[in-house]
Amino acid sequence: MRRTPLFTQVGHLARRSVLRTLRQPAQIVPALIFPLFLLAVNTGGLQKATRIPGFPTHSYLTFALAIPFIQGALFSVMNSGTDLARDIESGFLNRLALTPLRGPALLAGLLAGAIVLALIQAVTYLLVGLAAGADLAAGFPGVLVIVALSVLITLGFGGIGLFAALRTGSGEAVQGLFPLFFVSLFLSSMALPRNLIHTTWFRDVATYNPVSYLIEAIRSLLITGWDAKALALGFGIAAAIAVLAMVAASHALRTRLVRT
Amino acid sequence: MSASGPSRRFARFPVARAVAWRMIHNFLTNPAFLIPSLIFPLFFFTAFAGGLSTISKVPDFGFPTGYTAFQFVFVLLQSAAFGGVFTGFSVAMDFESGFARRLLLAAPRRGGIVVGYALAALTRALLTWILLTVVALLAGMRIDGSGVDLFGLFGLALIVNVAATLWATGVAMRIRSIQGGPLMQIPVFLILFLAPVYVPLKLLTGWIHAVASINPATALLEAGRGFISGSPTVVALAFAVALGLVFLFALWARGGLRRAEASP
Repeated sequence: MRRTPLFTQVGHLARRSVLRTLRQPAQIVPALIFPLFLLAVNTGGLQKATRIPGFPTHSYLTFALAIPFIQGALFSVMNSGTDLARDIESGFLNRLALTPLRGPALLAGLLAGAIVLALIQAVTYLLVGLAAGADLAAGFPGVLVIVALSVLITLGFGGIGLFAALRTGSGEAVQGLFPLFFVSLFLSSMALPRNLIHTTWFRDVATYNPVSYLIEAIRSLLITGWDAKALALGFGIAAAIAVLAMVAASHALRTRLVRT
Repeated sequence: MSASGPSRRFARFPVARAVAWRMIHNFLTNPAFLIPSLIFPLFFFTAFAGGLSTISKVPDFGFPTGYTAFQFVFVLLQSAAFGGVFTGFSVAMDFESGFARRLLLAAPRRGGIVVGYALAALTRALLTWILLTVVALLAGMRIDGSGVDLFGLFGLALIVNVAATLWATGVAMRIRSIQGGPLMQIPVFLILFLAPVYVPLKLLTGWIHAVASINPATALLEAGRGFISGSPTVVALAFAVALGLVFLFALWARGGLRRAEASP
């Protein structure tokens, strides 16, 4: 029997994943609205923080606009993980295991929905932010870089969601990851630049927290323009998370299919 | 067999006690319930008081008791409100599992069920507040208010907890499914975060200043911060708002109970 090419396998699963995401407003609406709501609240509440000596911009909106991209990526953990967990719970994965489907095709296909959502989110956040008066120091090429980094971050976080779903097989366990990621976001340089965080232990945690560098890479394009160090750190960390997550998810998939 | 006469009048209290005991027992013996309700307020306190303390250096901030105390009040009231919401989740889960139906059949005075849930919510909140206060004091929080002021602060938080429990219970008894969770949670989240969370009201700008100025949670926060700094402010307004919410949501919860009783 002739085996279906990998590209076709990925295509079928990707189509299913994208349609599944687009047909669930409960996945799309919170992922768009919640980060924008927090952006609006934080901008109104913390605008006066720009008066602190050494604050890098006069617009807190510009400073905070990087945060929704990370929050949006956090939703991808939930969405991709919960969808896969549902496939495991409903027995769909067991039926897929009977087909000649390859593991990488399954993982890539499952993330397609999260990536499409990441594109929608990135464009929406940028349009809303710029319409509200945020600056974009890097200009139009910066938009492309922000979107690319946003997709890479989503790929990494989505991969973690897949790993959790494959390890636990439970949507509830995947949902339990959200607070953990939320904590990592809050304990970063999200609200203030690291050099302006006066509480020493908090500054140390933010310095060791990789999420700080993801935020700072996007923020550099909005505030300073092209900062090679910030971008290298941001892309490097995002790529490392994506590779580690996908390797871990592939391993977990093999284990689960053996169990099946 | 149902109770009658004086015994019927008092039958509410054993029901309340039994419901409260079951909820408290479940809460204390299940880490999945216990840990989030203790950890989340601590996390918000740490993130806000630790990460944003530089904000107090902004000119005109005007809160000499310190940023830790400033955020402590917000987190205290937030944990009070969310303690009530989490109790609503438990009510919804009781309906999903069928336990609440059996409870409705067995209880001679069903109002006692709501009272029991409220008592359990208060106990949960008290545990959280003890831990939060100890951590805040260890972190160096200053308290300039007197014992009476602190009594006012925790009294206000207690009333907020009761109001939020009644709100969430009313929703849970109408929807009778955990799918009603967002409906319990989101309004509380919106009201709390559209108040002066990070800075005093006078430092808010734009639309959020306009919204916060008419948000009832602003009075609660300002009164709480007044208590902890020893300069009580808008006390009567804050207690009127809190008690008004309790009255409104008691009617809401009563309506929910009637709906649950009438449901097939």
